[in-house]
Amino acid sequence: MSVPGPGTTSRILGPVDQIPLGEGRAFAVGGEQVAVFRLRDGTVRALAAACPHRGGPIADGTIDRQQVICPLHQHAFDLTSGCSTTGAEPLRAYRVSVDDERNLVLENGQV
Amino acid sequence: MTSVAERAQTRPGRRARSQDSRRRLVVIGNGMAGARAVEEILARGGAEQFSITMFGDEPYGNYNRIMLSHVLSGEESDKDIFLNPLSWYEDNGITLHAGVRADRVDRFAKHVFSSDGRVTPYDTLIIATGSRPHLPPMDGLYTPGGSVKPGVFGFRTIDDTRKMAEHARHDHHRHAVVVGGGLLGLEAAAGLRSFGLGVDVVHSGSHLMSAQMGPDGGAVLRRSVEGLGIGVLTGCRTTAVLGRDRVAGVSLRDRPDIQCDMVVVAAGIRPNVDLAVLSGLPVERAIVVDDRLRVQDEDHIYAVGECVQHRGEVYGLVAPLWEQAVVLASHVTGADTSAAYLGSRTATKLKVAGVEVASMGLQGPELDTDEHIVFSEPSRGVFKSIVVRDNKMVGATLLGDSRKVAFLTQAFDRGLPLPEERLSLMFDLGTPGAEVGVAELDDDAQVCNCNGVSKKDLAAAVKGGCTSVSGAMDATRAGKGCGSCKLLVKQVVEWAADGAVEEDPAATYYVPGIPLDKAALMAEIRKRGLRSVSAVFQALAPGGAEDAKSKMGLASLLKMMLADQYIDERDARFINDRVHANIQRDGTFSVVPQMKGGVTSVQQLRRIADVAEKHNVPLIKLTGGQRIDLLGIPKEDLPQVWADLDMPSGYAYGKSFRTVKTCVGKDFCRYGTGDSTKLGIEIESRFQGIESPAKLKLAVSGCPRNCAESLVKDVGVVAVEGGRWEIYVGGAAGAHIRKGDLLATVDDPEEVTVLTGRFMQYYREHANWLERTYAFVPRVGIEHLRAVIVEDAQGIAAQLDAAMQASVDSYVDPWSERADPQTPGQFRTSLPLTVLPQVPVQ
Repeated sequence: MSVPGPGTTSRILGPVDQIPLGEGRAFAVGGEQVAVFRLRDGTVRALAAACPHRGGPIADGTIDRQQVICPLHQHAFDLTSGCSTTGAEPLRAYRVSVDDERNLVLENGQV
Repeated sequence: MTSVAERAQTRPGRRARSQDSRRRLVVIGNGMAGARAVEEILARGGAEQFSITMFGDEPYGNYNRIMLSHVLSGEESDKDIFLNPLSWYEDNGITLHAGVRADRVDRFAKHVFSSDGRVTPYDTLIIATGSRPHLPPMDGLYTPGGSVKPGVFGFRTIDDTRKMAEHARHDHHRHAVVVGGGLLGLEAAAGLRSFGLGVDVVHSGSHLMSAQMGPDGGAVLRRSVEGLGIGVLTGCRTTAVLGRDRVAGVSLRDRPDIQCDMVVVAAGIRPNVDLAVLSGLPVERAIVVDDRLRVQDEDHIYAVGECVQHRGEVYGLVAPLWEQAVVLASHVTGADTSAAYLGSRTATKLKVAGVEVASMGLQGPELDTDEHIVFSEPSRGVFKSIVVRDNKMVGATLLGDSRKVAFLTQAFDRGLPLPEERLSLMFDLGTPGAEVGVAELDDDAQVCNCNGVSKKDLAAAVKGGCTSVSGAMDATRAGKGCGSCKLLVKQVVEWAADGAVEEDPAATYYVPGIPLDKAALMAEIRKRGLRSVSAVFQALAPGGAEDAKSKMGLASLLKMMLADQYIDERDARFINDRVHANIQRDGTFSVVPQMKGGVTSVQQLRRIADVAEKHNVPLIKLTGGQRIDLLGIPKEDLPQVWADLDMPSGYAYGKSFRTVKTCVGKDFCRYGTGDSTKLGIEIESRFQGIESPAKLKLAVSGCPRNCAESLVKDVGVVAVEGGRWEIYVGGAAGAHIRKGDLLATVDDPEEVTVLTGRFMQYYREHANWLERTYAFVPRVGIEHLRAVIVEDAQGIAAQLDAAMQASVDSYVDPWSERADPQTPGQFRTSLPLTVLPQVPVQ
């Protein structure tokens, strides 16, 4: 489990089980909307929740181990970096992990 | 490369070549086929695997034989037509024995014996001995000494061409006779004419180029050829070459002799098979090869080009040779051991004697049902003939105007659907549409109307290195919207790549992440007993990798195949299928309750009105499928909306059976001949929610006035007088317009339901992912569908009916999930801080 670095604050978003395997769920964190994904290998990723293209709900996208595809116009984004592979603006990427109590921990600093 | 190293140690013969552990590849034949095969092998890393030796009995590098007529006519010099000069062989480390003829192969000792007494060992051998001119039997062809009489020429090699030119230039040579009025004969005639000789073409067939075109085209061509000052005699056999020690004329059957100074024999070609016969290889009309271009029953000997016979065909054109060379190289190098050559559809396009000629497939109609479109304008030398069968082009001849050749060649090669107005196959009418050659499209013309991609954008992507269709689509997102422009996108990419489009193996995959077509994918799923999307990825994807773009297609396929045995992983579904509603631009959803056949009731309307009021629904809209759409529902409200409606889902969101549109029917309509509403409701009740590769929209009309628009539906039913019902399939009136094809006319509604289900099941099992019926039906052909579905020609009707029944039986109304969410947070908002809906309430 990663330890938050200096200068960042971390937020516990609740149990990881609230996200089904292979799907994403959105959270409101300090005025920001964050989509957190739980990959089928059990690891988690977090990106900004609104697609930069037309505001589509990224948490409703289809994912694999690398990317998420926005459900509105099929723009694809790398789950780790937030960079688009289809020419859209990037999504902000967040550092996220699961702690020993199986809670989601989101760090409030950009990756 | 361990296998090579091991072999080098275990085989004593290898020790002598200790510094070169590569296998020895020997190529017999340095013509276009042999050289092309070597180029393809080098392109696949062959230089690391093989030391290459080539034999060519001409003392040159490799040249483009097709251009010899241009050399003869003086349009090109003989230097211009060399493809690979001698330095190319050096640069690539190839040992070339030019001017050396290989005579025999010992296929057990693996040695090649050549005319210079050399014995060359090989590990892999390629035979590309090509063909030679056929000299038909006639008297006086040879001198008493046995050599060909001076003044008689074949037209095959660069030496033939040089000698012909030299002979023609001779001052006192005035007249030439060309035996053979095919492609090569006409080219020779035109070439010789350019030297100022009088030329007669003597052709035994009834018209010129009889192998490529019918008599009407031949007549127009004859006029053009005669216009060049060339005499033409058809239906005429040359019986003898006159003259004691050199040519003085020819004798013809039933016609007067012709005086001449030279005779060019261009009466077809014969494969060079002497070496193969002497070596004990299987030869029928030519050397027999399998789909890998391997000589039958030989593990280490391949053959390619005009000397081979593949599936009974011997080709004398260049295009099949290119295709063969690719497959051969894939196997020889091991780059792609699944490559198979399945034969070529031969299309010829060239300039014969200054006349543009293109010919492909059938010369004329053969069946009563074939359409034949002919345009003939002999005074301009223009002739066009197109044969259409089942809305596919099966043959074309074009003379004197090749502007539409690009499209027609594609239509022929790929079986593209044709424009209804057949005239536009021959001529450009009005504004360019998808059917017109893409070259004429304006640079700024929008190709993909969904994502706003222009021809220029696509061309730029291709120039930037995306030389496969899917690569260019990924880079520009062209064709990634509704998909209706995919054909045009493909044409533009091919145009921009100038024929150098990379073969895109992924084009045949059912889903992009698994390298199998649909039939193979289904077979593997059955064989391995796979029941979930993640299991399919694990077993069949390269590296077991999940692929987001493949999930939805796999989920649909598995559900179709397995019905209630399918293990439903919700993450494999698209969001619409996770929450049983259609996502809208602001992230809200649309809710369409089932309204079978578009028939509703006071109770339904009242309930819908109450729900719309209670939930403050921003927009209430009548749909094209005769239902009521409640738009702008936030995700978290969906379960409550369904509970309040207490109606089943109308499936206005899935790649599935959607709706049956009906007309008023005979109870009220004064024209109605069949009870369309009753039948429509029955069909919708039976097939509700059935998954399919793309959505299915149906209709039932009570009379041929067709108020339910049955002719433009995936399945459309029309009641006709006499209590009968017509079933149309493959219609569309959305992004694409197509009138459906008549599948059957039946006597009772039960039969309509059976055939509708059987057609849909066949479509579910055979259509590509997202391939609507308007593409599927013309692709497989309505006659085939009639045979399988109506006449049960394959004996699978009962199986199709049973599979459909299993799907029908496993139906559960998805809106019943409302009380018991299937996954945590199934209906939780995905934009928690955005106020939804963003659309103002009307």
